[in-house]
Amino acid sequence: MSNTIIRFENVTKVFDDHIVLDNVSFEIERGKFYTLLGPSGCGKTTILRLIAGFVEPTQGNIYIDENCVNKIPANLRPVNTVFQDYALFPHLNVFENVAFGLRIKKVSAHEVKERVANALKFVNLEGFENREITEMSGGQRQRVAIARAIVNQPQLVLLDEPLSALDLKLRTEMQYELRELQQRLGITFVFVTHDQEEALAMSDEIFVLNKGTIQQSGTPTDIYDEPINRFVADFIGESNIVEGTMLADNLVSFANRTFDCVDMGFNQNEPVEVIIRPEDLEMTSAETGKIPVKVDSQLFRGVHYEICCYDDFKNEWLVHSTKKVEVGSTIGLDFDPEAIHIMRLGETEAEFDKRLEAYED
Amino acid sequence: MKTKNFGRFALIPYAIWIVLFVIAPLLLIAYNSFLDIEGNFTLLNYAKLFSPVYMKMMFNSFLYASIVTAVSLLVGYPVAYLLSRTKHKRLWLVLMILPSWINLLLKTYAFLGILGTEGPVNAFLEAIGIGGQQLLFNDFSFIFVSTYIFIPFMILPIFNAIEKINPSLIYASRDLGASNITTFQRVIFPLTKDGIQSGFQLVFIPTLSLFMITRLIAGNRVITLGTAIEQHFLVTQDWGMGSAIAVVLIIAMAIVMYATRKIMK
Ligand SMILES: Nc1ncnc2c1ncn2[C@@H]1O[C@H](COP(=O)(O)OP(=O)(O)OP(=O)(O)O)[C@@H](O)[C@H]1O
Ligand SMILES: [Mg+2]
Repeated sequence: MSNTIIRFENVTKVFDDHIVLDNVSFEIERGKFYTLLGPSGCGKTTILRLIAGFVEPTQGNIYIDENCVNKIPANLRPVNTVFQDYALFPHLNVFENVAFGLRIKKVSAHEVKERVANALKFVNLEGFENREITEMSGGQRQRVAIARAIVNQPQLVLLDEPLSALDLKLRTEMQYELRELQQRLGITFVFVTHDQEEALAMSDEIFVLNKGTIQQSGTPTDIYDEPINRFVADFIGESNIVEGTMLADNLVSFANRTFDCVDMGFNQNEPVEVIIRPEDLEMTSAETGKIPVKVDSQLFRGVHYEICCYDDFKNEWLVHSTKKVEVGSTIGLDFDPEAIHIMRLGETEAEFDKRLEAYED
Repeated sequence: MKTKNFGRFALIPYAIWIVLFVIAPLLLIAYNSFLDIEGNFTLLNYAKLFSPVYMKMMFNSFLYASIVTAVSLLVGYPVAYLLSRTKHKRLWLVLMILPSWINLLLKTYAFLGILGTEGPVNAFLEAIGIGGQQLLFNDFSFIFVSTYIFIPFMILPIFNAIEKINPSLIYASRDLGASNITTFQRVIFPLTKDGIQSGFQLVFIPTLSLFMITRLIAGNRVITLGTAIEQHFLVTQDWGMGSAIAVVLIIAMAIVMYATRKIMK
């Protein structure tokens, strides 16, 4: 058996003349945790609906286990979905909602009882069996929806923002538990979120989407450390992005100064975008820092202060620091050559990968 | 404070209306049902109701009302379902509801024309070689016309119930392995029960007391309680008997309403 469970081959989806997915191709491997990450309306739910079989692609092919499933109806696909709006059956109680799929498969009454109880236990809803759906809170409903999908033990579970209605504590707890469950059962998860921290924490692989195309795919560290463009860099965590010029290999100029860096493979004097993550910036005195900046504002974020500064060229610099500074004072920013990440303008994912490979050897 | 007073004040015309045109007539009917044709107190009217003639009428009324309701449901449900899937559903719905705005008598007379010996249906039957038929004044024409008249009241509440179903529920059911038929049985049908209940009441109760159609379309072959009430009030002038039947009918309707609500729970 091949390791690829889902394959999209040049899939395009058009709704009323509006291109929602534009020639998307990707593969999903068995037993891994995938996250689709992107802003609202970028087509995340549409990808899930295509996999589940609720809509057909306008163009292109979708394969499950290397069989083209374009014409296979949703009820015959080995996939279960946790819906963005939960889609729990209002006329059934919690137990019957979770048992729905098992009853269709004519599982014995005894086994239904046991499996539903286990699923409810997993989502911390023991004792809620006889509750009506209307008597459940938003977060509880979300967990019933998760239980209803996983109780069927499908090969693939699609989760459409399944934790969005939970409070931070429960959310973090469920993140751990979902991840643990996925690894224990060895099933494949495709998880949708627009919370980048959730994506980074849970995934084996992240697909960053924007406007119906996959901008970048890779492991959380790949995407965080080597974002391909301004969109990905901005979307995955906060970034300082300034314009610069690549003077030579390992030498870049921005903010009217020249810095050592670890990037190569660019043309001489090629205009580029330079990224430095706020947590990689160190605050020192104006004389010793690499870039002198003026502190504009400071926000307490709990774990750290978020300090917003401007340099002499009107570039904004965000700094995350546990230390406090005085608003209005002039300070210096210090950073390592490794903290600098250079992005080529308008580079596609394929070109980007090729360049990385070329200078890794 | 002010709006509360105003609210109470605004209710007064409605209260007067209810008292004058709903409660008072009901009381009058109840009172009348205990009077004989000379105006003396009697229980005989109710005793007569248990005679075979009236029992048969009662049975007929329920039988025809049940058939009309069943046909309306069997035809109306799929229509409502298909309607909810079509593109210009609101337009189609209005077209289907439109006839119910036309006066009942007018529609009935229209059918006399359409189904009559000289009517277009017979002309068509002649043309295709089947030959003219007696279409009016039989059970079939009665049920057909009654169903035509009442079916919008079945379609509308069912259509509304189907429209209210969140489409993700259908997806969820499919996702969990249910075929279209199972999805209908386990999700769509249970969620449209309210609509069926309303439709049932809106069709069954009026058909129970139909009289005009019975006379015009069924040629007095189908005699229901409605016909009997009309006869007593307008022909024999035995208001007491007519009222007694009316009281029984009202009680029967109340029982039907209550029973449907219990069963559909
Ligand atoms: N059935 C439909 N008919 C027409 N347009 C649709 C339909 N479904 C989705 N769209 C459009 O497709 C685009 C992508 O929708 P999709 O639901 O995939 O977004 P999403 O990434 O899941 O967003 P969100 O994070 O808000 O859930 C949107 O512009 C949406 O308006
Ligand atoms: Mg969505």
